[in-house]
Amino acid sequence: SSGRPRRGGGAAAMCSGGTLSILRSDSYVDLSQYRDQHFRGTRYDQERLLRKSCTLYVGNLSFYTTEEQIHELFGKSGDIKKVIMGLDKVKKTACGFCFVEYYARGDAENAMRYINGTRLDDRIIRTDWDAGFKEGRQYGRGRSGGQVRDEYRQDYDAGRGGYGKTVQCQ
Amino acid sequence: MSRRRHSDDSDAGQPHKRRRTSEPSEIEERLESLICRVGEKSNSSLESNLEGLAGVLEADLPNYKSKILRILCTVARLLPEKLTVYTTLVGLLNARNYNFGGEFVEAMIRQLKECLKVNMYNEAVHLVRFLSDLVNCHVIAAPSMVAMFENFVSVTQEEDVPQVRCDWYIFAFLSSLPWVGKELYEKKDAEMDRLLSQTESYLKRRQKIHVPMLQVWTADKPHPQEEYLDCLWSQIQKLKKDRWQERHILRPYLAFDSILCEALQHNLPPFTPPPHTEDSVYPMPRVIFRMFDYTDDPEGPVMPGSHSVERFVIEENLHCIIKSHWKERKTCAAQLLSYPGNNKIPLNYHIVEVIFAELFQLPSPPHIEVMYTTLLIELCKLQPGSLPQVLAQATEMLYMRLDSMNTTCVDRFINWFSHHLSNFQFRWSWEDWSDCLTQDLEKPKPKFVKEVLEKCMRLSYHQRIIDIVPASFSVLSPANPVCIYKYGDESNRSLPGYTVALCLTIAIKNKASNDEIFSILKDVPNPNQDDDDDEGFTFNPLKIEVFVQTLLHLAAKSFSHSFSALAKFHEVFKTLAESDEGKLHVLRVVYEVWKNHPQMIAVLVDKMIRTQIVDCAAVANWIFSSELAHDFTRFYIWEILHSTIRKMNKHVLKIHKELEETKARLARQHKR
Repeated sequence: SSGRPRRGGGAAAMCSGGTLSILRSDSYVDLSQYRDQHFRGTRYDQERLLRKSCTLYVGNLSFYTTEEQIHELFGKSGDIKKVIMGLDKVKKTACGFCFVEYYARGDAENAMRYINGTRLDDRIIRTDWDAGFKEGRQYGRGRSGGQVRDEYRQDYDAGRGGYGKTVQCQ
Repeated sequence: MSRRRHSDDSDAGQPHKRRRTSEPSEIEERLESLICRVGEKSNSSLESNLEGLAGVLEADLPNYKSKILRILCTVARLLPEKLTVYTTLVGLLNARNYNFGGEFVEAMIRQLKECLKVNMYNEAVHLVRFLSDLVNCHVIAAPSMVAMFENFVSVTQEEDVPQVRCDWYIFAFLSSLPWVGKELYEKKDAEMDRLLSQTESYLKRRQKIHVPMLQVWTADKPHPQEEYLDCLWSQIQKLKKDRWQERHILRPYLAFDSILCEALQHNLPPFTPPPHTEDSVYPMPRVIFRMFDYTDDPEGPVMPGSHSVERFVIEENLHCIIKSHWKERKTCAAQLLSYPGNNKIPLNYHIVEVIFAELFQLPSPPHIEVMYTTLLIELCKLQPGSLPQVLAQATEMLYMRLDSMNTTCVDRFINWFSHHLSNFQFRWSWEDWSDCLTQDLEKPKPKFVKEVLEKCMRLSYHQRIIDIVPASFSVLSPANPVCIYKYGDESNRSLPGYTVALCLTIAIKNKASNDEIFSILKDVPNPNQDDDDDEGFTFNPLKIEVFVQTLLHLAAKSFSHSFSALAKFHEVFKTLAESDEGKLHVLRVVYEVWKNHPQMIAVLVDKMIRTQIVDCAAVANWIFSSELAHDFTRFYIWEILHSTIRKMNKHVLKIHKELEETKARLARQHKR
């Protein structure tokens, strides 16, 4: 072929060696144990979608964190296509999670490597692969309308409505 | 032939698993793991681990020789920070099995030639260094190494080749000398002197017009930003003056001297550098970034001077560690902090300097900027008692030298510092920087603080920033990012278009269609024309103003609201902004509404380009227009411009690729 010799990837395989498994390690990008129980399709389908997804679930946000803040932070790993704020199903107010969709998978991977586990609004936020936004998934699945984790938690979290819902009802 | 697939549609994961090569590949994985991890987390010494591993590998040679060769060649190429560990291992193997040593050297030469052919010059340097350290391990005879270097240096005599080609061969030669200079000089001093003299004359005559372009600071004080080959040359000259005594590099092979000196050495085959071709792409020249010297840490170990070879070796190794582990930030931080020699060198200072060297590298950092922010945070977590202080000291020094810092680097500094602060509750001793308040606000220091505060606000909210800075800093605080709606107040009712704006507001709130919007807008007179030609929608700035102001005001609540508005009324936008003047005016109105909220302007411009309401040319014209001249040195303007250019580049690449693919498809069609 008359192509120019390329650096990197393909050329590395040409060199008698390839690469080393310790250098291939990319643990921040690997799938977590979590699978969406409401996902319509097989486990295999879900994992296939997760592996090529450009969408991240972002959790442990403060209820007061705005789309603008999320855009600024996650924009550091690449151009954002869309931010969808997670809402309380009843109140329709922010309930502490969101989805961030990138145009390119590589940008989402860099967010998993470098933004996951760092702070936004002084809280350590967590990102995870999402199979893709579908209408309805922007709502919390807890009985009270927020996220499940806020139903039963015992601690006081000023950024997430104070005590858990069950505790509040006592 | 049955095409029935392993029927597994339910939970068990992927339909087919590769089982063919599991047994041998398990052994290969084990060998690779043993080799890669030698010396890590062990109770025994590195030397006894190496000896043990050499024994294991020697026993495996009959069955797995080619795999072992492949793995060793790969670690030579990809783990340069552990160079001397693996040359020692090869030395021990060569002592036990001379043929294996010979085959390894041959494989290395093949790999070197391959790397040079496919432009993998950085990896090739590692291979050359590995070969030269094999001289110290009695695997390769010193005279044959000198001969190879003679061929390298003679590249400088080639005519009509790019300077960067000669640069690489000189770099490969000089940068191996910290490891092998002593041995080569002892065996072949006359030849080495000749090589060094040829090198010197090449360095004197080569062009260095790239240097001002690549320097992070324009000032030479406190540390000159040296061209990389000039710096390396000074370091090698000093090494030679010190009689090639080098004390930093860990040399495990010294412990095995009695074994290794019994080994038979191999001669390198004569090596002809592959000729320059049209497709050759050599590494770019660099400028060495320095921000610290021994005076910056008076209490700790002495930092090796800028022209010491130790400094070169430490920096090379730290850069290699980052290159190896950039995807794994915790591993990267741990590996950096466990760099040997911790108590003899101010390691934290070296690490911080190397990280900033990469972050500020021109034209671009080797890795994505946010990686460095997060890596520094990981390092602070692992060394909470010492690293944050070094980082604070570095920040202070960078602030002090803003006056001569390259603007692109200042931008990166702002982005890094604001993001870093947002992870530490924005705690900073702002009063220490009160000196900037007395300066003209366009000067680098106050401008830097202003931009940092603006970026900090984007990551939090306006009141937070007001709270974290002393009251005296209010002149540098960012504006409250609120929307400015010119038709908002009853007092503005005399403005032309005011009543239409009111009408539009009600219509939009009542979910009017695009057609209804058009008919409302028909009533807006065109200040540019005497008779309103509303058959075609010629450029009517007032229409644009009324529509865009009103819509953006109604959608001001969040980015999503604004994006929905752009999408819903896309047709109206396209019609109003059909002409070039229309596009420019839309951008002007967006600015007027959102001038307090540069972040909003940036995302709106991005969306409008992507939905083709405006084009890149309009954005460029708007940015360079006289109306925006007062904001020309604000970083958000350049953020928008760079983002626009990037989108344009990506788009061009994408359609170029589609064109090539279509051509290829057409060619295949014609062949049939």
